[in-house]
Amino acid sequence: MLNKNKTSTPPEKIVDSHENQAVDQHFNFAYLDERTKRMIRRAILKAVAIPGYQVPFGSREMPLPYGWGTGGIQVTASVIGPSDVLKVIDQGSDDTVNAVNIRRFFQRTTNVQITTQTQAATLIQTRHRIPEMALTEDQIIIYQVPVPEPMQRLEPRERETRSLHGLAEYGLMHVKLYEDIARYGHIATTYDYPVLVNHRYVMAPSPIPKFDNPKMHMNPALQLFGAGREKRIYAVPPYTAVESLGFEDYPFEVQRWDAPCELCGSRDSFLDEVITDDQGGRIFVCSDSDYCESQQNSAESSSAPTAQSGLKHD
Amino acid sequence: MTNAMPLDTQSPILRATGLNKRYGDRAALIDASFELWPGEVLAIVGESGSGKTTLLNALAARDQPDSGSVEFQLKGGALTDIFTMTEAQRRLLARTDWGFVHQNSADGLRMEVSAGANVGERLMALGQRHYGKLRATACDWLARVEIDPARIDDLPRHFSGGMRQRLQIARNLVTQPRLVFMDEPTSGLDVSVQAKLLDLLRQLTQQLGLASVIVTHDLAVARLLAHRMIVMRRGRIVETGLTDQVLDDPQHPYTQLLVSSVLQP
Amino acid sequence: MYVAVKGGEQAILSSYQLLDQQRRGDPSVPELSIVQIRQQMKLAVDRVMTEGSVFDPELAALAIKQACGDLVEAIFLLRAYRATLPRLGSTQPLDTSKMVLDRRISATFKDLPGGQVLGPTYDYTQRLLDFSLLAISEPVEPAPKTESLGASRTPTQPTTGSISSTAAEALWLAKADSTSDDPNIHAQLEDEHFSPRVIDLLNREGLIETHQATQNDPTPFDLTRQPVRFPADRSTRLQNLARGDEGFLLAMAYSTQRGYANSHPFVGEIRLGSVEIALVPEELGFAISIGDIEITECQMINQFAGSKTEPPQFTRGYGLAFGHSERKAMAMSLVDRALRAAELGELVQSPAQMPEFVLSHSDSLEASGFVQHLKLPHYVDFQSELELVRKMRASPLQMPTLNDESGDEHAE
Repeated sequence: MLNKNKTSTPPEKIVDSHENQAVDQHFNFAYLDERTKRMIRRAILKAVAIPGYQVPFGSREMPLPYGWGTGGIQVTASVIGPSDVLKVIDQGSDDTVNAVNIRRFFQRTTNVQITTQTQAATLIQTRHRIPEMALTEDQIIIYQVPVPEPMQRLEPRERETRSLHGLAEYGLMHVKLYEDIARYGHIATTYDYPVLVNHRYVMAPSPIPKFDNPKMHMNPALQLFGAGREKRIYAVPPYTAVESLGFEDYPFEVQRWDAPCELCGSRDSFLDEVITDDQGGRIFVCSDSDYCESQQNSAESSSAPTAQSGLKHD
Repeated sequence: MTNAMPLDTQSPILRATGLNKRYGDRAALIDASFELWPGEVLAIVGESGSGKTTLLNALAARDQPDSGSVEFQLKGGALTDIFTMTEAQRRLLARTDWGFVHQNSADGLRMEVSAGANVGERLMALGQRHYGKLRATACDWLARVEIDPARIDDLPRHFSGGMRQRLQIARNLVTQPRLVFMDEPTSGLDVSVQAKLLDLLRQLTQQLGLASVIVTHDLAVARLLAHRMIVMRRGRIVETGLTDQVLDDPQHPYTQLLVSSVLQP
Repeated sequence: MYVAVKGGEQAILSSYQLLDQQRRGDPSVPELSIVQIRQQMKLAVDRVMTEGSVFDPELAALAIKQACGDLVEAIFLLRAYRATLPRLGSTQPLDTSKMVLDRRISATFKDLPGGQVLGPTYDYTQRLLDFSLLAISEPVEPAPKTESLGASRTPTQPTTGSISSTAAEALWLAKADSTSDDPNIHAQLEDEHFSPRVIDLLNREGLIETHQATQNDPTPFDLTRQPVRFPADRSTRLQNLARGDEGFLLAMAYSTQRGYANSHPFVGEIRLGSVEIALVPEELGFAISIGDIEITECQMINQFAGSKTEPPQFTRGYGLAFGHSERKAMAMSLVDRALRAAELGELVQSPAQMPEFVLSHSDSLEASGFVQHLKLPHYVDFQSELELVRKMRASPLQMPTLNDESGDEHAE
């Protein structure tokens, strides 16, 4: 039977019935000390001033391991305030263990309101997906980034890539795309697809599927990117041009599925493949759990917010 | 045997003045000066340790000299000291108006990407965004350097030494530079392969009107390719002049020694 | 019928309980105490302090207990805790020549002022499992404290703390007389604990490179506050190495001994003992001692360099660690020297000589975190890859031919 978990319109609070709701008094609000937050905010300001440029920052050891979202957490911890409403997702879902873990961390250290509804959130921390529903000017989306340097796999030396960015020498990136087409007949990058930001810097959008790339273009929300292990912060300010790299005759294109979402019928969202039996039976389900639920609910009411267009960027 | 080249411009394309370079207490280059004219091929000849590579690296802005200047005639512009340019300007020059053919082709190629990508890279760096056109240009250049265009998707790893050098040349010439530096372009290759490569270089420099500075220890290379040559010894230029004249009638004792020690067939 | 997966929160809470049980083990067995770990697993505590960058044996022992003995995890706990600590000030540089020595050896001289002191070491044990340790011995009265210096001195040395008269020492004393305008020399001669460093001995003859502090003596770069940028100066590199994973540094050091960059190393000196920490509080304006810590210091003497104008001198590598950590200090000193290759005009060929390679991969937190992050869900990206591979297998590739100017239809 379908999971008809009706969500109400006002932002909901997830009440953790197993633990005390009180903020852990041993730590400052949002865990980091104020000096550290200030340092990170300065890096964020610099990043916003130079869209797509990777700003080095003094990343701290956090209670989660490097590689597990410490960059995103530090950015969130530096911008979050008591009146914020926080949504944390991983692979598009609020309920994956990693998202749960990070959300619990913020509950423990800030006691802010928590929501699973994209539209109700003021801050969204995400790993590897952009929510299907369009964001607004009042929102900040914070991406967890494993490898901030888009050319790292081609040129591991940071000294060299720093020069390449500084001189806007991006021939190497296009060489990689050329090779893909020569070898496979099309560009073989399906996630963490490199983009040109504000017509100047080539940026790694984090391992979001390329399906999500068009959402970054001219987005009304502020987009922040945190890489804790590699110690870099970068940003895409609201209403900034974000173009996925490609060739004129081999332009960037998004993924498509043959089937709609099994639960809500959506044809516009990114779908996860789920194996349902050991004969290899499979169904496709929305990766964005909040979107899927609201679509299911709207099947009863007439109006529903639809997904952002996943079609080719302008 | 040199080729008669019409040299019809007013100023040199490259001018070196009083170049000096020391490594520790060793003087590698002492007071080197010369001029190079558009379309002219100059050979820098000497034994190991003569300073010829140091001079080449100074000219190509790969290593800053301790004193002296290197001036290059920018397209449509005047002679400009390359070391007063910004790093960005020099790097742009190196990718467009200059070429550099390395002695070891692995230093001048991306060994892990295809021949087509190697040739097309400079164009992509300059903003060429049409895959089909890039590929057509690459095929065209491969044919010009006598590499079978069907090998456009092969990796340089699978090429012979001679083919790699030719690929390196194509990679450099695709942006139609006016000045090409070459560091011992034929050394390490079989004699027959050398001959073919030299022939190709001669053709291309003539067809494209390239100015070129070629460092070599092989007098035969100088004889075949260069209009003029410079002889270096212990960091100094000891003799300079038209290639035929220097080789047939050397004035400096060292040049005489060099010329006479070349085995005659 | 498919129901979307829920219950992540419950799963996490259950995992905490299981972890707790794993940590405690069989409840009928007495629980490990912090004091026991501190006392009887000293070397583990020392490593956790070194890589955790905090000298606090009790906290390190706590971390080890909490981490069930996984030292990399314990180091993580300590570092995370350190990140929350406020900074009160900076100490004066430690003076290791004033170290109270528990152990002091040199491979470069048979004998030297202060003597070779073997101290507590596994070096000359035979690695045979000691089954007598299976039994728990009853606690006993501690033995009367012996002079640590005298306990394992080499036979030629008297057991007092005074300076002995060996040939090498006589030589040193003779030289000292010739520079008798140095007031420190006489003071040092009278100081019972003074054992001059081998480095200083070689320095008297000008045989070893020295590094003068620069004129304005700038504050060292602080790796815990700012990210390393390349090129990194030596002080930054040493910081990184001091916090670096012992296993990684050991492997890198080993590689330099096997032809991947050889610097002909000799152990000039290894010192183990306690040094005093001094701090100059703003209010006082003079230095006060705030305690002492145990450290291990390794001075490696390496390949001499020189040129026509410069006479040849030995070059150096340096290693430093908290507690008794010789393997770490030695490995660190070899890697330090290797990373100086470019500065010393040597050809950079091997990974151990490449600062970006060594310093980017030395931190166990970064390495462990990123390697293990692969356990996190990656199914969205994998979905994209699956789709691509299926597509490529379904439609055999049409390779563009020479006549093909534009791209043919590409399935998307």
